[in-house]
Amino acid sequence: MSDQNYITSFCSIKSSKVCINSHIDYSESSQVSSIDFLKSAYKHYQLAYPKFYKMDSLCKLALITSDLLLKTNKITENYNKEEIAIVIANSVSSLETDVEYQTTIDKNNYFPSPTVFVYTLPNILLGEIAIRNGIKGENTFFVFDKFDAGFMSSYINSLLNNSRAKCCITGWVDFYENKVESFLYTVEKQPGIMNIEHTSEQLTKLYTNQ
Amino acid sequence: MDALIDKLKGEIIEQLNLEDLKKEDIDANAPLFGEGLGLDSIDALELIVLLEKNYGIKIQDPKDAKAIFTSIQTMADYIKANQK
Amino acid sequence: MANKVFVTGMGIMSAIGNSVEETLYSLSNNRSGIEKIRYLETSHKDNFVVGEVKLSNKELIELAGIGTYNRTTLLGYIAVREALKMASITDMKEARTGFISSTTVAGMCHTELLYKGFFEGKNNENFMDHHLNGVSTNDIASHFGIRDYVTSISTACSSAANAMILGARLIKNNILDRVVVGGVDPLSKFTLNGFNTLMILDNEWSKPFDENRKGLNLGEGAAFLVLESEKWVKEKNKKVLAQLIGYGNANDAFHQTASSPEGHGALLAMQKAFKVAGITPDQIDYINAHGTGTPNNDASEGIAMQTIFKNHVPKFSSTKAFTGHTLAAAAAVEAVISILAIQNSMIFPCLNRKEQMKNLTITPVDTLEKNVSLDYVMSNSFGFGGNCSSLIFAKN
Repeated sequence: MSDQNYITSFCSIKSSKVCINSHIDYSESSQVSSIDFLKSAYKHYQLAYPKFYKMDSLCKLALITSDLLLKTNKITENYNKEEIAIVIANSVSSLETDVEYQTTIDKNNYFPSPTVFVYTLPNILLGEIAIRNGIKGENTFFVFDKFDAGFMSSYINSLLNNSRAKCCITGWVDFYENKVESFLYTVEKQPGIMNIEHTSEQLTKLYTNQ
Repeated sequence: MDALIDKLKGEIIEQLNLEDLKKEDIDANAPLFGEGLGLDSIDALELIVLLEKNYGIKIQDPKDAKAIFTSIQTMADYIKANQK
Repeated sequence: MANKVFVTGMGIMSAIGNSVEETLYSLSNNRSGIEKIRYLETSHKDNFVVGEVKLSNKELIELAGIGTYNRTTLLGYIAVREALKMASITDMKEARTGFISSTTVAGMCHTELLYKGFFEGKNNENFMDHHLNGVSTNDIASHFGIRDYVTSISTACSSAANAMILGARLIKNNILDRVVVGGVDPLSKFTLNGFNTLMILDNEWSKPFDENRKGLNLGEGAAFLVLESEKWVKEKNKKVLAQLIGYGNANDAFHQTASSPEGHGALLAMQKAFKVAGITPDQIDYINAHGTGTPNNDASEGIAMQTIFKNHVPKFSSTKAFTGHTLAAAAAVEAVISILAIQNSMIFPCLNRKEQMKNLTITPVDTLEKNVSLDYVMSNSFGFGGNCSSLIFAKN
C-alpha cells in the first residue's frame, strides 16, 4: 500500500461564514456575534442534537464543523468506528471556558458549575465528536501557537501508515474572544474525487484559502 | 405548589441550557433522567447546585439526588419539605 | 519498524518524593503522601486531603535555581533535570532531541492568584502569558536547549500517556533519536473546586478498588521519561531501564466524564497495546491500574480487565492512594512507578482497601510484594472526554 494519503473533504467556520469544500455554504452579516452565528447555523442545518446547547462555545464550534464535514462524505458508514481517528489542535486550549469557570469560584458568588468545569478541558471536544458519531478510534489534542501544517500532515500520515487507524478527522478549532475559527478535514488512504494529497504544502494552501 | 413547579421549570431550562424546550413542553411528572428530558449525571450535579443557589438546600451525598430528581414534582415536594 | 524504544532516564516530583529514589523509598515503605492541605491557598484547607509536593513555591524556586516561574514550570523543570541526568544527557546537539509535555491546568495555579487583580486593573502582569498550556513546555525545553521537536498535548488525565505514545512513534519512525516525554500538573483551586462540584472527591483517604470507595484524592506532580532509539542506545552503549514495547489509545464515546459500564474504550486501548507489543495478555505480570477510587472508574476499569484477561487477570494495583491523582502527570508518574516495579521486582500495593468490590471477581494486590520477577508491566490511564490509553513496558 502506498504511504500517500489524501484530503477527502474539508469544512471551515470563520467570520460568520460556513465553507464546505471551498464553497461558502452559509453566511450571515459579520456583525453577528460568534456564538449567535453558531446557534443560527445549528438551526439552519437542522442538526437536531439537543446536547448542542449544553456545550461550551469551543465544543459547539467543533460539533457543527464536524457534523457538516461528515455529511459531505460517508466516513462513518465506510469505516469501522474503531478505525476512525480524531486529532485536533488549537492555540487557546479551553481558555474561554476557563475564564468563565474562574468567575464561578469567586468567593462572593461561590456556585461553581460542574458543567462549566467539564468544558475546561480542550479534549472534551474530541469526546463530543466521538459520542455524537460513535467513533472509538485513537484521539489526541495538541496545543500550538498557530496552525502547523507541517506537524499535522506528518503526524496524521504517520498515524494512518503505522497504526490501526484507516482514516482521520483532523484540523484546528479555536474559540477565544475574537479568535474564532475552525478548519476540519478528513484524511483517507484513497484519493476520492478531490484527489488532494495530504502534504504540508496542500494543507497550507487549503487552510489559508478558508 | 403550581407556582413552585412553574418556577422550577423555568430555572431548569435556564440552568441546564435546554434552549429547545419551553415550560409547557415539560410534564411535571415525567422522568427527568433517561427517557423524558434525557438528562445525565452532570445535569444531576447542576440541579444540586440549583437547589443550593436558589433554595438554600444542600445535598451532601450524590446518591440522594436520584430520588429527589425523579421528576419536577418530586423536586418540588423535596423543596417544600426542606426549605427553611 | 525495527527501531526499539528504550527508557534511559526518569525524573519525578510528587507527594511521595522529590526524586526517583525518594519515590521508591515511600512506595516500598507504605508511605502515602496524602495529607491535609499545607501549601495551596484555599478556603477548603481543612475539608480535603490532597497529595501535595512537599515544597512551597519559594522552596521550589530555590531547588530549581532558574529564577521565578510558576509551580507548573518549576515542577516540570526539576523532574526533567533528574531524567536527563539519569540518562547522562548533557549535549542536546549530538542527537535529534525532542520534548513532549502535557498539562491540564498549566499556569492556572498562578493565574488564579492574579486573576482578580487583572480585571480590577491592579497588576500589569499579562496573565495570558503564563496561562496557556504551551508556555511551560516551551520554557522548560528552552532551559535545556531542546529544539528539534517541542509540543504540548492536552487530553486530560491520559495526557502523559499520549505524550509517551507520540514520543515512541517519533523514535520508531526515525524522526528523533531521543525524546523527553511526560506531564506536569500542579494543584490549583480551579481543579479542587471543579472536582468537588463533580462530587467525586473523597474527603478522607481514597480507597481504590474498595466496595465503599467514595472518590479520588487530588495530587500534583511532574514526571518525565527519556526515550531513546535502539540505534542511539547501542552506539553510545547506554544503560537501559526498560523498554516501551506497546501502546494504544481509543475513545470510549460514552459520556464527557463518565466511563462506559463495560469499559469499552479501556478494552480497545489495551487490545491495541497488545497488538503493538506483539505479546498476549497472559504474558503481562502486573498492571498499574488507573484506579482513581471513584465508584465509576474502578467498576468500569475492573470489568474491562476481566473481559480482556478472561479468568486470568494478572496482579494489579492502583498507586493513586500514594500520590493522589496527578491528572495530566498521572500516566508519567505511574510509568515511573511501573518501571520501579520492574527494576526492583516489587509490586506496590493498593492502600486503604478493606472490602471486596461486589461487581468484580478480581482483587488488587494490597500489601507490598517483594521478589516478584516482572517481565511485562501494563499501565492504564483514562481521561475525561473518553480518552483511554494503555502502555506496556518490558524488562529487557
